[in-house]
Amino acid sequence: MAAGRYDAIVIGGGHNGLVAAAYLARAGKKVLVLERRHLVGGAAVTEEVYPGFKYSVCSYVVSLLRPEIIRELDLSAHGLDLLPLESTVTPLPNGDYLARWADHDQTRRELYRHSPRDAEAYDEFGKLMYHLAFAVKPILSMVPPDPASLSPGDLRSLLKLTNHFRGLGDEKLYSLIKLMTMSSADYLDEWFETEALKATMSASGVIGTFLGPRSPGTAYVLLHHYMGEIDGAFRAWGFAKGGTGSVSEAIASAARGFGAEIRTEASVARVIIENGRAAGVAMESGDEIRANVVVSGIDPRRTFLGLIEPDELPSEFVRAIRRFRIRGSSGKVNLALDALPNLACLPGTGPHLRGAVSISPSIEYLERAYDDAKYGSFSRHPYMDIVIPSMIDPDMAPSGKHVMSIFVQYAPYELNGGWNDARHEEFGDAVIDTLSEYMPNLKDIILHRQVLTPWDMERDFGLTEGNIFHGELSLHQLFFMRPAAPWADYHTPIRDFYQCGSGTHPGGGISGASGRLAALTMLEDM
Amino acid sequence: MLRTTPFHARTGPLCQAQNWRRWAGYVAASSYELTHEREYHAIRSTAALIDVSPLYKYSVRGPDAGRLLNRVITRDVDKCAVNQVMYTPWCDEEGKVIDDGTLSRLGQETFRLTAAEPNLRWLHDNALGLNVTIDDVTDSIAALALQGPNSREILKHASDAELDELRFFRLTSARVQDVPVTISRTGYTGDLGYEVWVDAERAVSLWDLIMAAGESYGVTPAGMLALDISRIEAGLLLNQVDYIPANKALLETRKSSPFELGLGWTVALGKDQFVGRAALIEEQRRGPAWHLRGLEIEWESLEEIYAEFGLPPELPTIAWRTSVPVYSNSKQIGYATSGAWSPTLKRYIALAHLRAQHAEPGTELAMEVTAEHQRKSALAKVVTTPFFDPQRKRA
Repeated sequence: MAAGRYDAIVIGGGHNGLVAAAYLARAGKKVLVLERRHLVGGAAVTEEVYPGFKYSVCSYVVSLLRPEIIRELDLSAHGLDLLPLESTVTPLPNGDYLARWADHDQTRRELYRHSPRDAEAYDEFGKLMYHLAFAVKPILSMVPPDPASLSPGDLRSLLKLTNHFRGLGDEKLYSLIKLMTMSSADYLDEWFETEALKATMSASGVIGTFLGPRSPGTAYVLLHHYMGEIDGAFRAWGFAKGGTGSVSEAIASAARGFGAEIRTEASVARVIIENGRAAGVAMESGDEIRANVVVSGIDPRRTFLGLIEPDELPSEFVRAIRRFRIRGSSGKVNLALDALPNLACLPGTGPHLRGAVSISPSIEYLERAYDDAKYGSFSRHPYMDIVIPSMIDPDMAPSGKHVMSIFVQYAPYELNGGWNDARHEEFGDAVIDTLSEYMPNLKDIILHRQVLTPWDMERDFGLTEGNIFHGELSLHQLFFMRPAAPWADYHTPIRDFYQCGSGTHPGGGISGASGRLAALTMLEDM
Repeated sequence: MLRTTPFHARTGPLCQAQNWRRWAGYVAASSYELTHEREYHAIRSTAALIDVSPLYKYSVRGPDAGRLLNRVITRDVDKCAVNQVMYTPWCDEEGKVIDDGTLSRLGQETFRLTAAEPNLRWLHDNALGLNVTIDDVTDSIAALALQGPNSREILKHASDAELDELRFFRLTSARVQDVPVTISRTGYTGDLGYEVWVDAERAVSLWDLIMAAGESYGVTPAGMLALDISRIEAGLLLNQVDYIPANKALLETRKSSPFELGLGWTVALGKDQFVGRAALIEEQRRGPAWHLRGLEIEWESLEEIYAEFGLPPELPTIAWRTSVPVYSNSKQIGYATSGAWSPTLKRYIALAHLRAQHAEPGTELAMEVTAEHQRKSALAKVVTTPFFDPQRKRA
């Protein structure tokens, strides 16, 4: 290479890889990002799959992007513009609906219509979640200490953590323990009686996991989603102008601004290891690129079982990575629409089309959707989280036309009989058929449909088993267990080789926290 | 999609100022005229008609209605006679105030409780095992406050009620022509005044009848701005402004007990178990750490501050609702939560939370005042509330 040796190579130009690159470059390091696809972003991309219509192909909303990253990389100067996604409407089978709006009075009045008790409980629940999210939040910006370690650094960090939780007070500590052990359905049962409310809220506890709302441990993920913050306001979901790809573009632009080099269509075959240390990467093309350190932003399975010769790793670690749960459970359908969909429960256009539509009428509906997947089928009547990005950002589709993003759960990676073209279309049909029950004009206005099964996500986006979080966000895979203890502090068993993807703490969602914490860890070592 | 009250067909067109604010999910007129001044003076010199329908109202009835209410509120329901009204706060287990309102005993087993915040769930949770029916009647019962020296004459004119017999904090059933109403001698102004409760469907007729009866008495529709000044003069607290309800407070230190809010007189520690009793007994023994008191900001001190800039004292034209530091010898010892220039008393007054050792009436303190972008301290004297308490209120 004419450019000579790099300080760091980042494998994978997903948002975490880009964040890591930006922080490394910002510290003056010579950084190279290698992305297999023709564009950066990984699962956070905007693509014009059908002419004139821009799809946020995989990831479609932003809530967890760390504010310190927005500040420190000055992402607004690089084009990041987060627009509010204000409401959630859950259509009900009886023709009614349940809505939650941006306005507190309006939401209260709407919940009151279904249950006066729930309308009041909702505020108190929100207050508790606010407290708990505030309590857990510092952990998101913390390198996980190893509780089994006696090193001064780990002990200091653990002590800080213990004091932090002691400071919570009894009541909140007990609530937190409940949240960490209960199922989201049971937890919400303690608060609410309206089925659609419980179901829509519990849905956020199962997104991206191969678990149902009645599976223990899912309550915690509720909190994970409450931690989304934009401008410091908890629980605000946002939509990135230009689609989620623009988040990746903004980070890439910041990284380039600091001097990082980003190569697309540059597929890494393996990590070069010399004398137990990472020394660079070998490309699919046969080229070799040398660097002082290498960091992988792709998921733990592909990183450790795909890019590294097995004999370079301790067998115990390899076993842990093999056991790491990374089962895909969701799919995605993107539609180009000739007109706006009409909700049977709220006909015509209105502010509800600028928010999310959630197909989650009851806990039972969700649990049954999970039952299908548990036994190897995709859900005949799946949970769906739908947004119409062109309602928030008209540039996403030609004038008067629209794009619709449908997150679908459940779709198991291990489908009975396996995924093939026919099953792929059947899955798409199940989604459209179910949704048509709530949006009667849907089939008449579809111009193009893109269906992504977990299998497609693995093939096209490199997500092992199609898991959108690089590994399930279940308790036994979080914090100092992510992806495997004691390698949760972004180091790996191989010297000078690091990990920075969603498979590391805190993982999941477009947070960038893994990329940032990994880069800060690397900089301490470099 | 905010709600309008049952009087909106009348109040809407009257609101020349198009100045509305939110109240419990409803829109309420801030002022009808372009300034609120005349509306305020109507409260103190003639009569003001105020739409108070957004108040949360709960009907509590059944054999155990009294038991439930005794369990929830701090006052002794057994001492509330039929046709009596009691002002009362209610607390959580720690003895911190959740809300305050009035309890009307409409019959031996029939009550109506008003509240500033939703409380249906709290009432239900405390009704476990009791034979009682609780209904939210907020939307179905409309209410008008007729407040001011002429209010009695107007209502005597308009209704068949024996108002000369109706004592302070008592109520009576009556008719305003053919409209059945309940009239209580209550209000949020600290003046002679009544609140008239009516089925929402008859609300507009009631409005018209009272306005017609009051015409020669100077009845004036008044909005929230006028009401806010008069309630501060009367030393009446506003939930979410003068105190944070215990079930909504994000910090322990934001919660207040009835003793700390100057509502010790409402706490019937002698009665059997009620929510917060143990904590309140303990607090009474220990003495409250804070007191809510009145502050009178001294005019001479204000003059001095503003004179520095070549200005006369600049006074708030409407009541303010922000937290303002209060000092003793330059050390912060409390905070004021509401304040206003009292046009009747010609004094600048405020309600303030003060640490107990600085709360003795007569104590000289200082309140922060921003004059010409600079923070200054104006001398302020601790006083008891109400600031304004005319004899006619009870007479």
